Amino acid sequence: MAMSDYKEIIRQYQNKSGGIIEAYNAIQKSYGYIPEDAVAAAASAFKVPKAEAYGVATFYSYLKIGPRGRNVIRICESAPCHIAGAEEVVKTLEKELGIKMGETTADGKFSLEFTECVGQCQATPVITVNRKPYEGVSAGNVAAILAEYK
Amino acid sequence: MVEEMRIVLRNLGKIDPLKIDDYINAGGYKSLQKAWGMSQMDVIQEVKNSGLRGRGGAGFNAGVKWGFSYNTPADQKYVVCNADEGEPGTYKDRIIMEKDPQSLLEGMAICGYAIGATKGFIYCRGEYPFVAELLNQAIKQAKDKGVLGDFDIEVRMGAGAYVCGEETALIESIEGHRGEPRFKPPFPGVSGLWGKPTVVNNVETFANLPSILEKGADWYKAIGAPGYPGTKVVTLTGDVANKTFFEVPTDTSIRDVVFGLGGGIPNNKKFKAVQIGGTSGGFIPEALLDTPIDFDSMGAIGATLGSGAVFVMDETRDIVDIATRIAKFFEHESCGKCTPCREGTKRMYELMVKMNNGQATAGDWALMNKLGSTMKQISLCGLGQAAPVPILTTMEHFNQEYKAKLLA
Repeated sequence: MAMSDYKEIIRQYQNKSGGIIEAYNAIQKSYGYIPEDAVAAAASAFKVPKAEAYGVATFYSYLKIGPRGRNVIRICESAPCHIAGAEEVVKTLEKELGIKMGETTADGKFSLEFTECVGQCQATPVITVNRKPYEGVSAGNVAAILAEYK
Repeated sequence: MVEEMRIVLRNLGKIDPLKIDDYINAGGYKSLQKAWGMSQMDVIQEVKNSGLRGRGGAGFNAGVKWGFSYNTPADQKYVVCNADEGEPGTYKDRIIMEKDPQSLLEGMAICGYAIGATKGFIYCRGEYPFVAELLNQAIKQAKDKGVLGDFDIEVRMGAGAYVCGEETALIESIEGHRGEPRFKPPFPGVSGLWGKPTVVNNVETFANLPSILEKGADWYKAIGAPGYPGTKVVTLTGDVANKTFFEVPTDTSIRDVVFGLGGGIPNNKKFKAVQIGGTSGGFIPEALLDTPIDFDSMGAIGATLGSGAVFVMDETRDIVDIATRIAKFFEHESCGKCTPCREGTKRMYELMVKMNNGQATAGDWALMNKLGSTMKQISLCGLGQAAPVPILTTMEHFNQEYKAKLLA
């Protein structure tokens, strides 16, 4: 993954009104997460107190300050996925990767997170890998999905 | 036999969403040109007369909303499209944007002309980066063709916050802040984005406009339920044979949606409940299935049309367990700004876990009722007001399932 400097990314957005969230989204797209120092840099570029820049970055559940796995797997646990067997998918993912929900594999390849509805409810349960949706996931096809990222 | 009627999805499968010429050849952008030939007031009056009400869940008359912004003098006004559909079980805005993005852009430009705004924003949820990409391509094509006139549209991305579907929280997010709802009044129509008059409408609301301008208010008003005319795109999930989307006139009954188009309950199981409008909607038992899906009819039975999500549950489902999962959703998504919602969703989830584990008492039951009705009345925004609805409606319609889990 090509990683552009967060300072350069912030510069691209700093003249845009309300651009701080756009900048955070772009930094995260490049790094996979938001480096701690990028929050301070954003605060000064967007002329808001550090507390506010931090407050914005921590408000949104898709933004994450600090390192995590290169591939972020999110499992939807909203009601339609819940009754379609999301729990089985969670168990299978935890077993395949040897980590619990909220953790990152030792090699830094995968993180497991819960999410709420991702709007792909035509075939439940649904997971996303780096925001790419996979529908109709079951214990039987988890390994094949993971193989795409190994 | 119930049938689909396609207005917002009229071009579905007939055009290539990324070929603006396809859209134009299908009559696209004629309505915007027609609007430009009318006075702003006449456009607003036409939309008012059509009876079009917001398709995002609040059901406010679109033309009346536009009138507020039109009547507020300002050097800059904004049109904002709410594409932050986050109600679990809902994906209709995604379908509209993926299949016919130019319809949305044309609708926004019509609104822009009517209220006197030259700038529009589409706030697209963080879960749909691929939709944002598609929209940006569609906007570029429209600009290159010059079909939007002096109206400019920009896509802004959310980052995973359900509360940003609330219009003032959405505005806060575009401004680069935490997505916390504002106190109202003032309403966005008068003072919205950066303090300027702002119309915030849902994707589906905007996508209705080209047809309304083309065929007229009288044509639209005659479709579906008189108080909430037109069609609604519904998305079916859960224990239903056809898990897909349909566009139906608003006087279609819930039964026709679930058993007609939806094909009923699979695996020879019986129906138990349906929750409409997303996770904030009320649960509906068999006895109320002949209710039409329109906004007012649903309100009359203590339910909502909301986003149009239709979540079906068969006889084997544990209602208390599902309501507990829903309580967790709201505990997670509460923004924390107002106390009734921040504390209420947390305590309600605690009580539901206790209930689901068979450890709740009759006292807890009474407490849930009291807490729920308090949250409904005094929470700041729709999130906190709606959060207890799935719990209270399941307590009402499926109270035997709760009673069976209560401590003796």
